[in-house]
Amino acid sequence: MHIMEGFLPPLWATFWFAVSLPAMAYGAVRAKKLINENPRNRALLAVAGGFIFVLSSLKIPSPVTGSCSHPTGTGISTMLFGPSVTAFLSAIVLLYQALLLAHGGITTLGANTASMGFIGPLAGWIVYRGLKDRVSMRMLAFVVAVVADWFTYVVTSIQLALAFPGVSFIKSALTFMGIFALTQIPVAVVEGIFAALLISYIVQTSEDRLTRG
Amino acid sequence: MKNAISVLFLISCLLITNGNAESWTGADEKAEEAIKQISPDYEPWFSPVWEPPSGEIESLLFSLQSAIGAFAVGYFVGKSRANKHASNN
Repeated sequence: MHIMEGFLPPLWATFWFAVSLPAMAYGAVRAKKLINENPRNRALLAVAGGFIFVLSSLKIPSPVTGSCSHPTGTGISTMLFGPSVTAFLSAIVLLYQALLLAHGGITTLGANTASMGFIGPLAGWIVYRGLKDRVSMRMLAFVVAVVADWFTYVVTSIQLALAFPGVSFIKSALTFMGIFALTQIPVAVVEGIFAALLISYIVQTSEDRLTRG
Repeated sequence: MKNAISVLFLISCLLITNGNAESWTGADEKAEEAIKQISPDYEPWFSPVWEPPSGEIESLLFSLQSAIGAFAVGYFVGKSRANKHASNN
């Protein structure tokens, strides 16, 4: 879902920075506060960030379109800490990839953080709040991860369609969704399975956190 | 995590063998082509500050990213389990 370096016109690049910078900054402050509150949160933040690092480095083939795409790994962080901390953690990964892998970019960092770190996880978080006490922890992790992952790619498609509307915005959005959102369906399911497997390892150390919400 | 690895491996095998004859390129590249079709005149106005000199080095850095992440997950999950175990005894 990485919009490549220079592939958003300056106006849109700025707009998405304006969306994601406040979320990132608030997330950084909250992360610091969480660590001060309880040192155990440091471990949970590392696990949530580590999950994003691993998952977003795996390019998984998707038979729906015959191309490869990577999961986002933001589901765990969304469940434990909500979207703003997730925006902060995602920005670290996106910066690594922009600087060392020429994957994504500095000018598109704002847009990529907005989709992967904030708006996708926000969708996952809304689902989390809605389902919290109704399904098992594993099911919850699966659904939250799938939603946060898949919605990220929907947002990327919309971001590109806004910048490159062509003849019509709708037509352009459908083109990009045909590439991103379609490819992502099986990839998001794979991410959901991973999140469900990991959550039971985490949950023992963070039960009080999760019930507090 | 052994389960997780085998699940991923099985799924990848399944996906590759079931797939059509396409070339398994990245969706990001396909999006780039789509942009060029929609706006043929668009010129990227900024290029990456640094690019991995070869595909090998790129995969090295991708692996490094996974390793960092896997280390964090493994270390802290292991540590918290050990702590819990120790406090139970």
